[in-house]
Amino acid sequence: MPRLSHLKKVLVIGSGPIVIGQAAEFDYSGTQAVHSLREEGVEVVLVNSNPATIMTDKETADRVYIEPLTEDFLTRILYKERPDGLLPTLGGQTALNLAVKLKESGVLDKLGVELLGCKVDTIHQAEDRKLFKDLMIKIGEPVPDSAIVHTVEEAQAFARKIGFPVIVRPAFTLGGTGGGIAKNVEELGLVALTGINASPINQCLIERSIAGFKEVEYEVIRDGKDNCIIVCNMENFDPVGVHTGDSIVFAPSQTLSDKEYQLLRTSALKIIRALDIRGGCNVQYALDPDSFQYYVIEVNPRVSRSSALASKATGYPIAKIAAKIALGLGLDEIINPVTKKTYACFEPALDYVVCKIPRWPFDKFIKADRRLGTQMKATGEVMGIGRTLEEALLKSVRSLEIGVHHVMLSSLKDRPREELLNRMERPDDERLFIVAEAIRQGIPLELIHSRTKIDFLFLNCIRRIVLIESELREAGSKIPAELLLRAKKSGFADSAIALFSGMTEPAIHEMRAKNGFFPVYKMVDTCAAEFESSTPYYYSTWETEDEVLPSDKKKVVVLGSGPIRIGQGIEFDYATVHAIQAIREMGYEAVVINNNPETVSTDFNISDRLYFEPLTPEDVLHVIRKENPIGVIVQFGGQTAINLAEPLHNAGITILGTSLDGIDRAEDRRRFEALLKELNIAQPLGHTVTSMEEALEKTNILGYPVVVRPSYVIGGRAMEIVYDADELTDYFTRAVKVTPQHPVLIDRYMIGREMEVDAICDGKTVFIPGIMEHIEKAGVHSGDSFAVYPPQNVDVSTQNKLIQLTTSIALALQIKGLINIQFVIHKGEVFVLEVNPRSSRTVPFLSKVTDVAMAKVATRAILGKTILEQGYVHGQLAETDEIAVKGPVFSFAKLVDVETALGPEMKSTGEVMGRDTIYERALHKAFLASGINIPQSGTVLVTVADKDKEEGMALVRRFHALGFNFVATEGTAKLISAENIPVKVVARIGEAANDILAIIKAGQCDLVINTISRGRNVESDGFKMRRAAVERGICCLTSLDTVDALIKTLERQSFDLSPM
Amino acid sequence: MNLKLWLETGESFDGVSFGAEVKTTSMLGELVFNTGMTGYQEILSDPSYCDQIVVMTFPLIGQYGVNKDDFESMVPALKGFVVREACETPSNWRSEYSLPQLLKEFGVPGIQGLDTRLLTKKIRSRGSMRALFANPSVSKEEAMALLKEPLPKDQIPRVSTRHSIHFPGEGKRVVLMDFGYKKNILRSLLRRGCDVVVVPWDSSAASIMKFKPDGVMLSNGPGDPKDVLPTLPVIRALQEAVPLMAICMGHQLFALANGADTAKMKFGHRGSNHPVKDLKNGRTYMTSQNHGYAVTLESIGSSPLELTQVNLNDGTCEGLAHKSLPAFSVQYHPEAYPGPEDTQWLFDAFIQSMK
Ligand SMILES: Nc1ncnc2c1ncn2[C@@H]1O[C@H](COP(=O)(O)OP(=O)(O)O)[C@@H](O)[C@H]1O
Ligand SMILES: Nc1ncnc2c1ncn2[C@@H]1O[C@H](COP(=O)(O)OP(=O)(O)O)[C@@H](O)[C@H]1O
Ligand SMILES: [Mg+2]
Ligand SMILES: [Mg+2]
Repeated sequence: MPRLSHLKKVLVIGSGPIVIGQAAEFDYSGTQAVHSLREEGVEVVLVNSNPATIMTDKETADRVYIEPLTEDFLTRILYKERPDGLLPTLGGQTALNLAVKLKESGVLDKLGVELLGCKVDTIHQAEDRKLFKDLMIKIGEPVPDSAIVHTVEEAQAFARKIGFPVIVRPAFTLGGTGGGIAKNVEELGLVALTGINASPINQCLIERSIAGFKEVEYEVIRDGKDNCIIVCNMENFDPVGVHTGDSIVFAPSQTLSDKEYQLLRTSALKIIRALDIRGGCNVQYALDPDSFQYYVIEVNPRVSRSSALASKATGYPIAKIAAKIALGLGLDEIINPVTKKTYACFEPALDYVVCKIPRWPFDKFIKADRRLGTQMKATGEVMGIGRTLEEALLKSVRSLEIGVHHVMLSSLKDRPREELLNRMERPDDERLFIVAEAIRQGIPLELIHSRTKIDFLFLNCIRRIVLIESELREAGSKIPAELLLRAKKSGFADSAIALFSGMTEPAIHEMRAKNGFFPVYKMVDTCAAEFESSTPYYYSTWETEDEVLPSDKKKVVVLGSGPIRIGQGIEFDYATVHAIQAIREMGYEAVVINNNPETVSTDFNISDRLYFEPLTPEDVLHVIRKENPIGVIVQFGGQTAINLAEPLHNAGITILGTSLDGIDRAEDRRRFEALLKELNIAQPLGHTVTSMEEALEKTNILGYPVVVRPSYVIGGRAMEIVYDADELTDYFTRAVKVTPQHPVLIDRYMIGREMEVDAICDGKTVFIPGIMEHIEKAGVHSGDSFAVYPPQNVDVSTQNKLIQLTTSIALALQIKGLINIQFVIHKGEVFVLEVNPRSSRTVPFLSKVTDVAMAKVATRAILGKTILEQGYVHGQLAETDEIAVKGPVFSFAKLVDVETALGPEMKSTGEVMGRDTIYERALHKAFLASGINIPQSGTVLVTVADKDKEEGMALVRRFHALGFNFVATEGTAKLISAENIPVKVVARIGEAANDILAIIKAGQCDLVINTISRGRNVESDGFKMRRAAVERGICCLTSLDTVDALIKTLERQSFDLSPM
Repeated sequence: MNLKLWLETGESFDGVSFGAEVKTTSMLGELVFNTGMTGYQEILSDPSYCDQIVVMTFPLIGQYGVNKDDFESMVPALKGFVVREACETPSNWRSEYSLPQLLKEFGVPGIQGLDTRLLTKKIRSRGSMRALFANPSVSKEEAMALLKEPLPKDQIPRVSTRHSIHFPGEGKRVVLMDFGYKKNILRSLLRRGCDVVVVPWDSSAASIMKFKPDGVMLSNGPGDPKDVLPTLPVIRALQEAVPLMAICMGHQLFALANGADTAKMKFGHRGSNHPVKDLKNGRTYMTSQNHGYAVTLESIGSSPLELTQVNLNDGTCEGLAHKSLPAFSVQYHPEAYPGPEDTQWLFDAFIQSMK
């Protein structure tokens, strides 16, 4: 069956900003799908609000709209574009939900737009838990017993009937708040009560708990002819109870016999048929470890995080195939893009094992509840490929970049046995390490299994690792060659071997070199070598044959940015992909090393060769040894890649672009200070202190407020603004450990406008595509603030000053490639806050608005094509007429106990862009796209700190003019009343039944404005309010600058209503 | 203990022995690979692997152990087993012992620790070949001499039952001609209520008809179909008398009996992911396969057979049907175990044809 010829133009919806649970994987699948559609001659229109995506590059689709993903905007785009079809199965939950709205509003039918990939009924049946259960029961697929209840008594009666434990899932709460597991009637009494109270409709689902079962997933594809295949199945290390997104996962399944494998395979095919899905889908199962009993957990009728993982794990490009199926092609007509000889209608055979480990944000959110449950908390993930379980596991452990190269955390060393056992029972992000430590301490596997239900196969895998550790310890400096090779085959890093044997890493390396022990590289080919293939997708392992054919072309190695985490997101993958493209366009071979299965850079079609490897010096040097490139580019892969510059340089590898010395001068505080002094550029005054006493003394001279942070972490961790000596003392006792080795940095807090510049330099010419102005004052992390291009409130002479400073810094550092500088304008003077000698978070945004592919220009400059030769200029590019606003997006709903007030520590997970010819409209779009519900009228709850009262009142007056009502606590209310503005006074937390918290929880306000007040109690009251707002889905703004921007958008829309 | 795997090309692989010990002289076999990621127990006990040394392409074998239910025959018939890593600590609720223990118990030697992907690529490019397990003391000359010894051609007689066995059922009576049948063919019939009589491969048509069958099933089996030419007239007689279904070896014999031809393939099809397209309904099914010979496409035209199914990847013959008689055959294993259950409906079709 050829493709449906009436589909000439198709609209694809992206997934919007990156949030926990919906991340870079949708850029990967979306980009792939758009290419795939265009291959078939379809004109593709793409809509996404996230500028930091390859899919929104104008080369990707025929027309790209970066607009808010709302029914309104989509409708207008549909009217304008009049596509023949709408493909919503590649943009996550966001796109599916939108598709349902568009279908139900009637616009699709009215314009004759066909919904591709799946039907609206299918979406309802898969997404609505009740309809889904009904369907499963109808087709005879088992689901855990459940009931919907409204009272504790009902809950208890039902649980008595089906037996304990049960899980309680409150209806309509974000982040699964209020739910939990109950093991007996008493516990259920409590959990059900909390759940019923947490639910706005006082309703809970009580479901039989199947925690402890094996959790297994199947990735299924079906075409319009009813051909169905399984691309991959996966088994979780963590049994049911921990969200798959938070579970360590192995592919293919490891403990399922063929009978069990086929049992679930057959069930998965039955379900995809019953749902009539045409494309990709994911089915999650719970399988009893002691019988053939299984339950269907859920189905996602679209490509998902798991399908991205499955694609990378097998080499089978699910999104690409799903897109072709949406056009009516059959699996038996689509050529397998990997072998190019066989068809897409087959089931990949792996001859390696894959391990995925999630990356959690708890290093950033120290106070967050790190326990894992049915709600996902990870921001990213890594994948390791090996020929043994141990190898795959250890490769992914060292890809995590959490400061360890082995399954060992020093903080767990010698912890008491009981503590380990108790902690492993309630899973958290460190469970793998806790289990390893327990095995190391000799705790029997049976006991560990009884506490964790982790399968013995996985426990034995860790035990084998631990046994090698002790062999290495015993061997000391006399490691036999056999043991050394065995350790390598089991995935040990040289550093780990060194650690256990007491030798040095170089000594281990030397031993290996003497014995000729180096890894070989094997291909990921979807077919276990049955057919010849030419996928340029490799992983290292310790075997006989190396499959990488030597190439004598000139090559450049690009280092990726590893797992997505707060502060280092998809923006760095975006730049990496652009760098790869530019390298190839210049006639070199681009070789990429990365370990993140979600991203576009690890799509093997992007580069000449992809090495799926940990980003550690050892692993990277192995690849370089193999490839012998002209050099390595480290400036696009975020801090991950930059940090590798030094070890690579020391190993004699050429760093292409800014030299190690240039990088170091920007990153080393002392050298940086000296540089600025030399250039006569101002910087906030600051000191490096090594004790609390010194801190108090130095700060007295500097003057409060100050910004404090430890020196040994990058990315603003544990960074705070302190206003007086008490707070400073508190910071030192609570947040950091200060020692002469770990000094703390104290800088004067410069209140003022923050500006950000990204520039490209070839050593001579400094090209500045644009300047961005932050909407929030310095003190809110640049990644968390709204930013606007071009600047709206800064005069030309100041802008010229910024250009001049950027130019002189770039030249002084001899930058070759990109540089990013953050400034603060304090009382009319410009201070430099930070210089990053690398690609930054804002590169995709600026590239999009200025139409300069900055990472590409930079790459060409790095490879010798000067900026002038490329047709760009020294200095700033002329501003565009268009105004673009970047809005941050947070995932607070998923992270219980995380402070939502903004500060110098970055907290956002993603970003959106709003663009228009008018500033307020661009702002409005950015608010909308970031999910902030802009109330046109209603009630504003105001409680601001004393220092903000004056500024706050100005905003209240403007809200009042727009017709808003107010609720406030006593102090603020008095001020509002004094202005003759009506206000309802509410009690502080705990001072009355209907206190301020109750108002928020009941949804009796539409917007919360709250700035942080200091002092223990006030702070925790504020915290409770902010959390309550997040959990109730009410917009809560903690910076008055953001509020000001929001009002501007409202004022712009509203007609003036003043009497004559 | 160290062990070597010698190929007829003169190349050798070093590995570590597991399972039964190797007696140098008896360890010659045909080297083939299987790409299934699960199902090693079924593969090990599938009589069709008689005299073969099987390389598993998935590196970790034995993860879920060995249980008492998943055998496809009583005794493994294969010569040797080659894996990257044999799991000593299996985990599954049904597991009773480990893969190495199983091999030891049944006297099958195994080798592990070698680059099985490299080995697979060698088989892919050169085709299935002879190989030899040998202790390191065996010299290259000795090994090469041993590798020249002819491979036996009597696999089917060795694996087939010697006596007829009756498995009672309420429904239609099916005679299962045993060329080395996998138990799940029998189970698939019994599960559908059939009454099954398993008969030796060399039974005469008359002796089979004495059982008054409603239908006849020709089973899978090892080796070259042309090693058992005497069965062809038997098949011709049976297909005239009752509905017939044939699987794998049975399929090849059914083709030969009707004047089509078979030929050895380069390295065959062995695995659980082979796409087969049904030419009638246009659907493609995932199938489990294990064969080194195939019915040649050119030979079908002049026969009374019709090509019903083809392999989507290489176009080889996967299914045949008699143009005028209720008889059909498939090259793959619709009974699964191991592998997908997509084509179980063929058994229903067979039973339907007996009504
Ligand atoms: N009945 C249950 N008992 C215990 N754990 C469960 C149950 N149902 C789901 N889970 C766990 O919760 C996780 C999330 O549930 P799921 O329905 O997949 O939601 P989501 O849409 O967030 O993926 C699952 O991965 C599983 O580990
Ligand atoms: N001295 C200062 N005065 C005012 N704001 C500051 C000062 N130092 C840092 N900040 C604020 O903190 C944020 C993060 O600091 P920065 O040094 O850029 O760390 P990071 O490495 O996390 O980007 C900045 O974006 C800025 O808003
Ligand atoms: Mg799920
Ligand atoms: Mg910064």
